Amino acid sequence: MSTQPLSNQPRPMDFESKSMRRNKAWRATTNYFVSGLCILATVLVILPLVAILFYLIYKGASSLNLAFFTHIPAPVGEAGGGMANSIVGSGIILFLASLMGIPIGIAAGVYLAEFGRGKTLATAVRFTADVLNGVPSIVMGISIYSLIVVQQKHFSALAGGVALAIMMVPTITRTTEEMLATVPHAIREAALGLGVPKWRTAISVSLRTASPGIITGCMLAFARVAGETAPLLFTAFGNQFWNFKLSEPIAALPLQIYVYAISPYDEWHRLAWAGSLVLIVLIMVSVTLVRIFANRGVLKGGS
Amino acid sequence: MTPERESSSPLPVPSPLPAPPVASAADATPTAVGATQSPIRDFLSKRGSGSFADNSFAAVMLLCACSIFAIVLFIFVILVVHSRLSLIQFGWKFFTRQAWDPVSGDFGALPFIYGTLATSLLALCMAVPLALGVAIFLTELCPRVLRAPISFLTELLAAIPSVVYGLWAVFVLVPLMRDLIGPFLYKTLGWTGFFEGTNFGVGLLTASMILAIMILPIISSLTRDIMNAVPNSQREAVLALGATRWEMIRIGVLRNSRIGIVGAVMLGLGRALGETMAVTMVIGNHPDISKSLFAPGYTLASVIANEFSEATGDLYLSALIEIGLALFLVTIVVNAIARLMVWAVTRNAPARVN
Repeated sequence: MSTQPLSNQPRPMDFESKSMRRNKAWRATTNYFVSGLCILATVLVILPLVAILFYLIYKGASSLNLAFFTHIPAPVGEAGGGMANSIVGSGIILFLASLMGIPIGIAAGVYLAEFGRGKTLATAVRFTADVLNGVPSIVMGISIYSLIVVQQKHFSALAGGVALAIMMVPTITRTTEEMLATVPHAIREAALGLGVPKWRTAISVSLRTASPGIITGCMLAFARVAGETAPLLFTAFGNQFWNFKLSEPIAALPLQIYVYAISPYDEWHRLAWAGSLVLIVLIMVSVTLVRIFANRGVLKGGS
Repeated sequence: MTPERESSSPLPVPSPLPAPPVASAADATPTAVGATQSPIRDFLSKRGSGSFADNSFAAVMLLCACSIFAIVLFIFVILVVHSRLSLIQFGWKFFTRQAWDPVSGDFGALPFIYGTLATSLLALCMAVPLALGVAIFLTELCPRVLRAPISFLTELLAAIPSVVYGLWAVFVLVPLMRDLIGPFLYKTLGWTGFFEGTNFGVGLLTASMILAIMILPIISSLTRDIMNAVPNSQREAVLALGATRWEMIRIGVLRNSRIGIVGAVMLGLGRALGETMAVTMVIGNHPDISKSLFAPGYTLASVIANEFSEATGDLYLSALIEIGLALFLVTIVVNAIARLMVWAVTRNAPARVN
């Protein structure tokens, strides 16, 4: 095998035995097979998404009309009716949740990124936030029920807002921290070197530089809780009529979809599809808009 | 502090006058020098060090950060306090008893634990291979053009609310299970005993399928991050030894990131354990323990969602809250372990670039 004279001709790979060559073919086949499986998996994952979006548009769009956005639910057996009170109710609850959740979340993120570098406490906060992020939303629901609803003796929009706010905090904290970590240290040092106090540096320099990313994070947290149903079941409770009082049960879009979806009436099923379409469109438009907006203006001084 | 800085400062001051040979008391006061020296120094000497503002700002931020601890602690305390009736009445046996009889006040959580575990594990069995496939495709095989749209689509899957999945499952997946998939499974795999009994379309299997769809994006996006954290030199080294692409993925990428992947799968498990609305809508809501996957079941989360608002009697309510407490503790433990595993792998990795 090795006694062939040297020549300029490319030699055959003569160290390969027959079994090795067969092995090579087998390895190549495995390679193609697994690649094919991966492509198949991706197609299988995209498939339900396409199916869900298709059904939402197919079933939801035909039921959308002006009444849907301007009327409150009609009594059983009557045609028409809409979800105006649910849309407004969802808006009120989400506004309350953002009002409580966003400042706390951002402040905690600022602590982690600006003051807590390398401290054990900061690591503990970060870890707890990550763990809290995975706590089921229904647990938040029964906790807030036990705390607020039992004390006040009635369901309320406020309780719903608090439940959702608790869910927003860990997500916002983590994204804020990650975004602040991408702000170059030179920028902070420049501000500090000019004699700007540390708190002012954190607010006007770090937070401002990272603001597109932080806004994206807040919107993602917002979108995540916008579709939450479980924590609202026992806090906001739902309402078939208009309500603008924070201390009374209030309608919310996901709750109303749930009630309609498990009801036996075709008319209500139609409304559930339409409501889902509206909910998804609201969520996706806000997320996509914020993404585009953030991508355009993001970190000009980049790291 | 200020006068001292003024007098001993070696800073060159742009001044036409020669510096006084000795710093006198009159020089140290800003009023005497201010007129002739720079207004910046004048300004600096008039203000405090700002440490009060700095410290109070840091304290407020710290307070907000600690509120995250407070939230976890508060949830735990509240759940324990409100479930004490049932904790005292049933003790540890609560989790091994099968009875669920609100009328006679007899409660046990075993059927719900069974339902939760069965649906979650089955969902993992379906979701993990698919999620791994997607992650491998996205990090190693996918043409650059397709990468962003496919990532975006899988993230959209994560943005769809649970209740919408439930709605879709009730009106599309359940009929499909009843008329097509169910009979097929019965015909081909009926002998295993897992696909017996009447097939209504709702049940453990349907719930697992919708759960699998819901946890897929979480697992695949985390796995993708973990695989991206594997340094390229590893891949190049394995390829240089003559490996095929799959061998490169297996030896160079998967083997290096296995801890992180297990962590990602456990995070998916945590989600699956606590998922409420979609499961409640398709699982059939019946506290049974049955080998057949067509049989209706109940999970920890869905029994709370279904029965909480109509629970009459303190013991009933407190039993439901105890189920919530169990769910809370289990998901905390699962998530904590999973997070540690993911951290162990991605800690030193550069920030993700989509």
